[in-house]
Amino acid sequence: MKFAVLVFPGSNCDIDCYKAVEETIGQPVDYVWHTATDLSAYDAILVPGGFSYGDYLRCGAIAQFANVMNEVKKAAEAGKYILGICNGFQILTEAGLLPGALIRNNGLKFRCHQSPLEVANAGTPFTNQYSQGEIINIPIAHGEGNYFCDDETLAELKANNQIVFRYAGDTNPNGSVENIAGISNKAGNVVGMMPHPERAVNQLLGSEDGKRMFTSILNAWREQHGAAVNG
Amino acid sequence: MAQQLTAKEPTAEQIADQKIYSQFGVSDYEYELICGFLGRKPNYTEIGVFSVMWSEHCSYKNSKPILKKFPITGPRVLMGPGEGAGIVDIGDNQAVVFKIESHNHPSAVEPYQGAATGVGGIIRDIFSMGARPVALLNSLRFGRLENERVKYLFEHVVGGIAGYGNCIGIPTVAGEVMFDESYEGNPLVNAMCVGLIDHDKIQRGVARGVGNPVFYVGPATGRDGIHGATFASVELSEESEEKRTAVQVGDPFMEKLVMEATLELINSGIVLGIQDMGAAGLTCSSAEMASKAGNGLELYLDEVPQRETGMTPYEMMLSESQERMLFVVEPQHEAQAKEIFDRWGIICAKVGKVTDDGRLRLFHKGEEVADMPVKALVDECPVYNKPSQEPAYYGENAAVDTGAFAEITDLTGALEKVLASPTVASKEWVYNQYDYMVRTSTAVQPGSDAAVVTIHGTRKALAMTTDCNGRYVYLDPEVGGRIAVAEAARNIVCSGAEPLAVTDNLNFGNPEKPEVFWQLEKAADGMSEACVKLDTPVIGGNVSLYNENAKGAIYPTPVIGMVGLVHDIDHITTQGFKTEGDVIVLIGDTKAELGGSELQYVLEGAASGRPPQIDLETEKKVQGAVLAAIQKGLVASAHDLSEGGIAAAVAESCISGGLGAEVALSSELRADHLLFSESQSRILLSAKPEKAAELQALLTEHGVINNQIGTVKGSSLTINVNGKAGIQAPVQQLEKVWKDAIPCLMK
Repeated sequence: MKFAVLVFPGSNCDIDCYKAVEETIGQPVDYVWHTATDLSAYDAILVPGGFSYGDYLRCGAIAQFANVMNEVKKAAEAGKYILGICNGFQILTEAGLLPGALIRNNGLKFRCHQSPLEVANAGTPFTNQYSQGEIINIPIAHGEGNYFCDDETLAELKANNQIVFRYAGDTNPNGSVENIAGISNKAGNVVGMMPHPERAVNQLLGSEDGKRMFTSILNAWREQHGAAVNG
Repeated sequence: MAQQLTAKEPTAEQIADQKIYSQFGVSDYEYELICGFLGRKPNYTEIGVFSVMWSEHCSYKNSKPILKKFPITGPRVLMGPGEGAGIVDIGDNQAVVFKIESHNHPSAVEPYQGAATGVGGIIRDIFSMGARPVALLNSLRFGRLENERVKYLFEHVVGGIAGYGNCIGIPTVAGEVMFDESYEGNPLVNAMCVGLIDHDKIQRGVARGVGNPVFYVGPATGRDGIHGATFASVELSEESEEKRTAVQVGDPFMEKLVMEATLELINSGIVLGIQDMGAAGLTCSSAEMASKAGNGLELYLDEVPQRETGMTPYEMMLSESQERMLFVVEPQHEAQAKEIFDRWGIICAKVGKVTDDGRLRLFHKGEEVADMPVKALVDECPVYNKPSQEPAYYGENAAVDTGAFAEITDLTGALEKVLASPTVASKEWVYNQYDYMVRTSTAVQPGSDAAVVTIHGTRKALAMTTDCNGRYVYLDPEVGGRIAVAEAARNIVCSGAEPLAVTDNLNFGNPEKPEVFWQLEKAADGMSEACVKLDTPVIGGNVSLYNENAKGAIYPTPVIGMVGLVHDIDHITTQGFKTEGDVIVLIGDTKAELGGSELQYVLEGAASGRPPQIDLETEKKVQGAVLAAIQKGLVASAHDLSEGGIAAAVAESCISGGLGAEVALSSELRADHLLFSESQSRILLSAKPEKAAELQALLTEHGVINNQIGTVKGSSLTINVNGKAGIQAPVQQLEKVWKDAIPCLMK
């Protein structure tokens, strides 16, 4: 199975995503520059965190126009796995691949700390190694992670089981609607989340609960392609 | 000599007759020297260039005699002071690069940008050496947090540090924040950056090879930050608010691109010399690069990318616009270099040429507008041996009995007051605004004695800390200087690392006051002595003088930035208690030393008397013993005793570990003295019960005083003194007091 980690000017979690793929599932992974015009070689695309284009205008607003995003849209339509983390989530909403928007934290400050999450949908290709309702520890680090959408969209998210992660209990750090920390598209192959699973892959870092996101993706891909394939 | 001056610029004669140079901080004596070096009167551009090069910030003219005191060599030192940053060998062809720098005055008038550009500047110092920055630290001082202006400064300084570090993607892993009236109006903002490099990639800022082209990279030059270095070298005053234009504006996104492109350029192996444009911008970088190579430099100022129209040579040379670098390659590598910067969307302009005449010559609109000897700019600034005088307060303090206050009966209440004092209280409000996890190498997060950052692909890690108790240094600069170094090293050892080296930031008042210069001299003596004893040479640093407010000089605050090497990640140790039943061992001897203590500050609102004394021989033994014990796997937790003494240290280990403790102390001292004394060379350890005997035997063998004082137990902290109840409180309650203090004050 082959992974791409996109690199925009200002991405800064690209290296962490790359290392996480190597260390958790040992699959081949490439950095792919924002000007790339072909992603057909990849089975999964990680859109990393950071401050693409300096967060100018609006987080993710400029990155959506990068060449590579046309390819990401094609890959999404083709059913490939796409995971946007933090700024990557913001880019996917700006690009229209996921509904809603991420606005300024309600406390108006950047927040960085471990955050307990409830796995709200363990049925996605990204979460199949978790159990439904399980509480996991994944760190957050963002200033604009307050998920917002209109009532209609929210009703749709719920009806289609598109809410993947919620901030557990009363720990909502940013004012997100319904404690939403991560969502998927209708088809379930595109997920965006504010917390950073790639920062929770080793006990030395404080948690290894993020490991299973990577093993989930590999597991889903193997099921889709038959267990014999070992990429 | 052509005079390419705008109508507004005074002529060389006017500069002389009206003594315009004095506005730039150039004295009559210095002006005469400059005329001598030039063989004529300097024009406006030239006097501007000389004034920044000869400012304290760039020339260290007042502090050079002090800096000479420091030990700067050691078996691991690959590069000492003089370049962008010092470099220390950590084995396996790897080295650690680090430096600390101040941005005090900019932050006093424009806290967000002042702090942000402080961070940006120190990062450039690291990557211009060829190193990949891996961590940021800071050391901050503010007035009392009850003051509205202080709250504003605190909020925006933290915001600026967060804004820059988070965006560029370098984790801010550690720091210290202290609050004291002495810093009101003149906060201290010191930023430190740590990088990693392979030995063969080390760069220097030299303009090598006569005829080689000189390139400018980064955003275009604007009129921001003109005379920033001069501004840093005078006292703040009522008019300082008007100097907000001397504060630069930072763009961390731009610096991220410049950093990636620069590291790519350096890795390509074609760079002959590279230096960032920091203080005094194009002036300082070009003059220093030429000086280090023994060459000259010509700059064609029309080629300098400009953000504004009609910029004069004076403005271009003195601008401190951020995120800019200067480098030299051979002509045949020009295209390769440009291609790298093109890919990152960064301007790269050929602005000059290396020459052999030892002069810095500037050309603008077809004419030569300045011609100065490089050596005069860089090396010939006069060095001043300022008069020094022991201040009256020092003598008066000798007679102060610091333990004379009425004995405290409510010891739990006293502990809560100390824990709620902003200097001791949890800094979560601060560090939760910093991304301290990006790069996924932060093994020990902020809030511990020292942060630990792992080195990818190895079993090694780096421990790092910043430290200085300005109250101690004020009360006795020599002792306080020793303690600053010793405590930094103790923090490093407690995290399981071997202390390697020091970068220092000397924050003092106006050195023209003999009492301030005395503080500077004595503190440097104490620091040097401790650096020698603890084998931690000073590999670089920064001097920030003229830190004064309406009431006088700030507390002398020589901040120590220290880095240590964790030989194996299994040695990483934190301060929190780990398991119920673990034995608590206290290392060191406690005397009634309350001068400059947090308890004294809480009770009396000011520091008086003598600070705690320190014996460096004992200190060295304690550190050696604890590091040996950690490396043998005998230690579960380790925590340095500092502000708030035993009581605060035990409470912090309880809070960090989420566990209680039962402690029994016996002593001839008064209970309140015993619990809150800040005697030095003390460390609190915990160990598994089956390892306690071996631990204590090892400590004793090293000649270190050690006593079992209790066990980790339950969810409350109990400390009895001489069999009598002393402190008794649920850990949750202490944690609440400790954590809520700063957020409450900031509401």
